[in-house]
Amino acid sequence: MFRWIVARDLMLAWRRRADVLSTLFFFVIVVSLFPLGIGPETELLRSIAPGTVWVAALLASMLSLNRVFSNDYHDGTLEQLLLTPQPLYLVVVGKVLAQWLVSEVPLVLIAPLVGVQFGLSPDTLLVLFVSLLIGTPILSLIGSIGAALTLGLRGGGVLVALLVLPLYIPVLIFGAGAVDATIVGIDPMANIYLLTALLVLSLVFAPWATAAALRISLE
Amino acid sequence: MTSSPPVGYHAKSSHTPFDSMLEATNLACVRGARRLFSDLNFSLVPGTLLQVTGPNGSGKTSLLRIICGLMAPEEGEVRWQGANINSLGEDFSRNFTYLGHRNGVKEELTSVENLRITAGLTGIELTKSGAAQALAEVGLAGREELPARFLSEGQRRRSALARLITGGRTLWVLDEVLASLDAAAVNMVERLIERHVSGGGMAIVTTHQLLNFSPGSFQRLELATELASGSASPGLLS
Repeated sequence: MFRWIVARDLMLAWRRRADVLSTLFFFVIVVSLFPLGIGPETELLRSIAPGTVWVAALLASMLSLNRVFSNDYHDGTLEQLLLTPQPLYLVVVGKVLAQWLVSEVPLVLIAPLVGVQFGLSPDTLLVLFVSLLIGTPILSLIGSIGAALTLGLRGGGVLVALLVLPLYIPVLIFGAGAVDATIVGIDPMANIYLLTALLVLSLVFAPWATAAALRISLE
Repeated sequence: MTSSPPVGYHAKSSHTPFDSMLEATNLACVRGARRLFSDLNFSLVPGTLLQVTGPNGSGKTSLLRIICGLMAPEEGEVRWQGANINSLGEDFSRNFTYLGHRNGVKEELTSVENLRITAGLTGIELTKSGAAQALAEVGLAGREELPARFLSEGQRRRSALARLITGGRTLWVLDEVLASLDAAAVNMVERLIERHVSGGGMAIVTTHQLLNFSPGSFQRLELATELASGSASPGLLS
């Protein structure tokens, strides 16, 4: 049954490809604006690269978060999902997994490419890629709590950002920190480990919180 | 509102009130500052249709959502085969199909896809031909492969109704099921419910129209709006 949740959301995303692409293009454009605005100062660009790419990733994930539950909420399929004979926890994990695959993975894959604009070395690009690979699932997981809490509210989009962005701060610090460390020649693994710990924590607790928020929102 | 014996007594002679499948005791519902109903009691045995009537805002939808476990009652409890539905958790969902105000039909997907995915999510592997057959039964033959956004509101409703056929559940919980349906479809729904109930199933239906059929045990539960007037407890008519 779990695979049906993921398959369903992937199929829906395929039918609405424009939504997915807009998130990706947003990320690429935001990241590219910085080198254009700052000019060809390699040292400066290199030092702002980790923060810039990571902040762009956070903002791009905000764009796709609103869609995780709101479409299903408005057409009544979310109700039906709540009434399927399986733990709501699994339903949430399935939906978040699909959201991550659709909205975040393309961004992770293209990040090394846009990172080239900042004059990053291959090693640094690899660490950027790995840190985003571990960090973006956390964004999806934490973001799903905000999306579930603001379900059915007007102006929910801005509210999600206000609720969720502060919670993203640890991910931003460790994620950008890992890339930063590589640039200045320190071992980035400490940051990567901490990021992984955050991933495990949010994997355990976030779906549970999201499930509770969904029940409240649908009552 | 006249007082009458509990629903269970109207069932076929082979059933006693004690083998009721679904039982609601002392239910109360509060929305905002308003108490919609309180001390609501009923029980259903196999082969019963319960029609919930009442003016807008009397709590029909809330009652149905409480029965499904989507909403918690302010007081009282709902029992399924003697066990509180909260203690049954997700397993209770295996026993009923719920059709709410919103159809639960994805606009991007075709009717066949909608039906197969919903079935898959509830643990039933539905073949394409099985889905098409159910859709033909609700009058959507020839439109199975059309994305639901090209369907009219009534056709989407029909597409949602097909879930009742493919679900194979004992209890049907139908909220305003006749809304936006044409005369032929209303008749189709009535026949569908009649067949389900006479085959030992149960249905709880809210509608403003009176359902036009007479299965063995057809009950009505009327919800009042004005609680201040003293006639607070909802009455059972039959």
